[in-house]
Amino acid sequence: MPDNIGATAKSGVVELSDLEVRYGDFQALQRTNLKIESGEFFSFLGPSGCGKTTLLRTISGFQSPTLGQVKIGGIDMRAAGPNMRPTALIFQNLALFPLMTVAENIGYGLRVRGVPRRDRDVTVSRLLDIVSLLGHGAKKIQELSGGQKQRVAIARALAVEPSVLLLDEPLSALDLKLRQYMRAELRAIQRRIGITFIYITHDQAEALAMSDRVAVMNAGRIEQVGSPRSIYSAPETPFVASFVGENNIIRGRIKRFDGTEATISTALGDFTGRAAGNLHCDQPAAYFVRPEALTPYQPSHETCFAGEIVEILYEGNSSQVTLRMPDGEKLIARSVTSMTASPMLGERLRVGCNRADGIVMAIEGSHP
Amino acid sequence: MRSSLALSLCLLLPFLVTAILLAGGLFRRQPNASPGPGFFRRNGPAVSIYLVIAVSAWVFLTIVFPQIAMIDLSFHPNLPPKKIGGPEDVFTLENYRYFVFGPVSSTGSLNTLHLGAYAATITASVAVTALNFILCYPIAFYMAQSALPRALRRLIILLILPYWINEVLRVFAVRLLLSDAGIVNRMLLATGLVGTPVDFIGNNVGLYWGLSYTCILTMVFTLYNALESLDKSQIEAARDLGAPWWHVHMFIVMPYAKPGIASGCALTFMSCVGSIAAPLVLGGPRTLWFTPVIYDRFYQALNWPLGAAYAVILLVSCTVFVLLSLRILGLKLGQIAR
Amino acid sequence: MKPARSHRIVFRIYLGAFLGLLLAPLAVMAVSAVNLPSYPQAWPIEGLTFAWFEKLPYSHDLMDGLRNSLIIAVLVTLLTVPIGTAGAMVMEQLKARFRPIYYVVVISPMLTPGIITGVATVVFWRGVTRQTGLPLLYNGIFLTVAAQITFISTLCMLIVLARLQRFDRSQEEAALDLGANPLQIFLHITLPFLRPALISSAVLSLLSSVEEFNATTFTILADKTLTTVLAGRIRVGLTPEISALAIAIVTLTLLIAIVYEVSRRRAEAKK
Repeated sequence: MPDNIGATAKSGVVELSDLEVRYGDFQALQRTNLKIESGEFFSFLGPSGCGKTTLLRTISGFQSPTLGQVKIGGIDMRAAGPNMRPTALIFQNLALFPLMTVAENIGYGLRVRGVPRRDRDVTVSRLLDIVSLLGHGAKKIQELSGGQKQRVAIARALAVEPSVLLLDEPLSALDLKLRQYMRAELRAIQRRIGITFIYITHDQAEALAMSDRVAVMNAGRIEQVGSPRSIYSAPETPFVASFVGENNIIRGRIKRFDGTEATISTALGDFTGRAAGNLHCDQPAAYFVRPEALTPYQPSHETCFAGEIVEILYEGNSSQVTLRMPDGEKLIARSVTSMTASPMLGERLRVGCNRADGIVMAIEGSHP
Repeated sequence: MRSSLALSLCLLLPFLVTAILLAGGLFRRQPNASPGPGFFRRNGPAVSIYLVIAVSAWVFLTIVFPQIAMIDLSFHPNLPPKKIGGPEDVFTLENYRYFVFGPVSSTGSLNTLHLGAYAATITASVAVTALNFILCYPIAFYMAQSALPRALRRLIILLILPYWINEVLRVFAVRLLLSDAGIVNRMLLATGLVGTPVDFIGNNVGLYWGLSYTCILTMVFTLYNALESLDKSQIEAARDLGAPWWHVHMFIVMPYAKPGIASGCALTFMSCVGSIAAPLVLGGPRTLWFTPVIYDRFYQALNWPLGAAYAVILLVSCTVFVLLSLRILGLKLGQIAR
Repeated sequence: MKPARSHRIVFRIYLGAFLGLLLAPLAVMAVSAVNLPSYPQAWPIEGLTFAWFEKLPYSHDLMDGLRNSLIIAVLVTLLTVPIGTAGAMVMEQLKARFRPIYYVVVISPMLTPGIITGVATVVFWRGVTRQTGLPLLYNGIFLTVAAQITFISTLCMLIVLARLQRFDRSQEEAALDLGANPLQIFLHITLPFLRPALISSAVLSLLSSVEEFNATTFTILADKTLTTVLAGRIRVGLTPEISALAIAIVTLTLLIAIVYEVSRRRAEAKK
C-alpha cells in the first residue's frame, strides 16, 4: 500500500545506482550513479532529448530501468509502481483533471487513499492557503489562469505528502513575467515544506536560480554535478562549458600541464588557464573564456586578444562586441557599457583577461 | 459427453488465447514504444479482465465463430439431428452445386429460379446504387459547398426525418403511396392518364423505389462528408480559368471525393443486396429477391446447409463487389472504412 | 461558387422534388392514420378519427412484439456499450502492427449485410445448443440479442473511439502518480471523460436495436418483435393501425430526441 512505503520512506534521499535505461538499441540513459539529499532542490539541466525526462520518469516509476536501481529513503523502488512511491510528479502540461473542481483535484490523492471527506476538506483548504488560492476551491479548472493552474498542480501533488516532488518543466508554458514570479514562488514553497524537489529543465537560468545543486545532462549522460556557481564558473566538460552560459572556444593542443594550470598552443598564440581534469601534452584541447571576462585591454591583463569589430549589440546595461580574430574565428566580449569608450565597427580592439578566467579542457576532434 | 467437453473447451479457448497474447506483449506499452508497464499492469486486474472478456466474447462469439460455423455448415449435407457427426456427415460441395444446377443431380439444366433471383438482386442493386449516386450527388454538393449554415441545418433535419421511422414502416409508407388504391394511382386515374391502376408493386417499381428510398440517407451523408472538406477556392480557380461546370465536377470535385463516393456506393450496394424488408413488403408475387430465397431455405424448406451456402454466396459477392470497385477506383480498404 | 441564376432555379426545383418524394410517404402515412376508411388511404379524406390509435393497445401481437423489442433493446444496450467501450480501449492500446487486422475484424459486422449476421448467429448457436444440450441458448430473444450486439457494438466502439482519441494520457498518469490504482483511474478519470460518448452510444444502441429487422427476422424464431410483427401484418394486408403505430413511434422518438438534445445543450451551456 502506498501509505506504508510513504511512511517508511519519509526521508527524501534519492539514490540512483548503476541506473541504465534502453529503448531497444537506443540508450536513453547511460549508467548513472547519483545521490540527491533530503530537502535538496536539485535540477537536471540539459537540451531536449538528453534523457532528463527519462530519468524523471524512472524515478517516479513510469519507466522501469533496464539496469540498476532507484532507492528513495533507502528503500529499493523496483517493485513499486508510480502509485506506490513516495514521489509526486508535476507534469509538463500539468494534467489537471478538467472534470473536477479545484478542490476535487487537490483532494484526489487523498480520496483514492480512502481519507474521509471531512479530513480531506481540511487538508485541501490548508493547501489552498499555501498556494494562495483560498476561495477558488469550487472553481472549475478552465476558469483559472495559467499561473493559478500551476499552483493547483503543486497543491495537488503536495496533498499526498510526498517526500520527493518531481517537476517536469512545469514553467515552460508560462510567459516570461509569470515564469520569473513562479520561480521565486517555487523556491519559497520548497523552503517552507522542506521536501526534496527534483526539477527538470532546459532553461539554464531557471536551474541556476532555484537549485541547490544542478546536474547537467547530455546524450543520456550526466556531465557534471555541482552547485550553480561551480557549474557556471568551473565547467568540467566542453559540453557544460558551452551549454551553460556563453563561452568563447579557441582550439589547439596542450603545450604544458602542471596539474592545476595548462598552456594551450593555438593559431592565435599560446594561452594559459585553469586546467579542467587531467591533461597531457599534445592532446587536442580548447581554451574557454566567457564573454563577460573579456574587458578592454589593460597592462595588468595576463592574456590578450586583438581583432576587428564586426558587430556591436547594445543591450542596455552592457554591450556585446564581436571581434574577428586574425584566423577568421569570432570572439565575443561583453562588458559594462560605461567601460567601453563607444567602439566603432571596423575598428581594431584589444581585449584581455587573467589566467584564472580561462579554462583549458581536452576536447575530442568532433566536439564544439 | 466428450463432444460437449470439447465444445466448452472450444468456447473458452479464445479467452485463454487472448489472455496469453496480451501477456505476450500484443499491446504497445507506451506511446513512444519504450518499455513500460504492460497491458495488465497498466489496466490492473479488474479492468484487464473486463477488456479481455468483453472484446474476446464480442470478436469470437459473435463475429468469428458464427461466420466460421456458417461457412462450415454450407459444406455439409442436410441431415436430421441424429445423423450429424455420423458417417454421412461428410464434406460436400453439393449445396453450391445445387445453387447452379438445381435439384437434379445432373449438370445439364441450370437452377434458373435461384440463379435468376441472384442475378436480379445483383443487377438491381447495382442499378439502385448508380441511381442513388446520381440523385444524391447534387444534393450533397449543394450541402457541402453552397448551402448557408441555416439552410443546411434545416435541410439536414428534413433529410433525417424519414429515417426516424423503422425500415419496415418506411417501406410500408412507400407501399401505401404506390398500391392500387394508393394516392399515385388515384391521381393518375383522376387525370385520365391511365384507365386502370398501374401495378407498381407487380412491375417492381415499388421495390426499386423502396430500396432506393431506404439507402438514400447513407449516400447523401457519405458524399456530404467527403465533399465538405474540399476547398472552395479549388472550384473557384477552375471556374476562373473558364472550365465549364460539368468539367469542374468530373475532373476536380469527383476525383477529390473518390473515397467518399466509393464508400457511399459500397454501403448502398451492401444494404440493397442484404435488404429483406423491401422485397418482403414491396416485392410483387413474381418478384424473386435473393434474401427471401435464403430465408425460405431456413424456415420453409428447412434445409439449413443450403441456406448457409446461399448466405456465403451473398457475402462473397458483396465482398468481391466492394473490393472490385475499390480496385477500379484505385483505393485501399482503409480509405473507405471511415 | 456562384452558379448561374438558371442553374439555381433548376436546382431549387430538383431539391423540392427530392424532398417531396422523401417526405411524401410520411405524409401519406400520417394522413391515413387519422382518416376514416379501414383501408389506409390519404385521399380523399373521409373524416377524422383516432380509432386506429385507440385500437393499438388491444392488438396483442403488436404489444407482445413491442415488449420483446424493448427487452431486447435494453439487453443489447447493456451489452453493447461496455463491449464498444472495451473495443475502443483495446484499439487504443494495441500495438500499431496488430491494429489493422483488429480494425478489419471489428468493423466487418457493419459492412456485413444484417441477414448474414442473422444466419451465422442461428447456425452457430444451434450447433452450440446441440453439442451442449442447453436449450436455453436457442431462443429468439437470446439469438436476437447475440446477433444485434455483433454490429451495434461496432457502432458504439466507433463513437467511444472518437472521444477516446482526444483523451490526454497524462491525466491517467497523474492519477496513478497520486496513488490511484488502475480500477480507480478507470472509474474516476476515464469513464467520466467518456460519459458523453457513452450516453450517445446508449441512445443509438436502443434506437438501432428497436429498428433492426434484417438480422432479427432470422434470429427471432417463434418469438416476435415489433418489426417482425409489422412486417408480417403488412404482408397480409394494409390497415390504418400500422400508420397509427408508425406515427406514434415517430412522435415518441422525436420526443426522446428532443429531450436528449435539450439536455445535452443544457449540459454544454453549463460548462
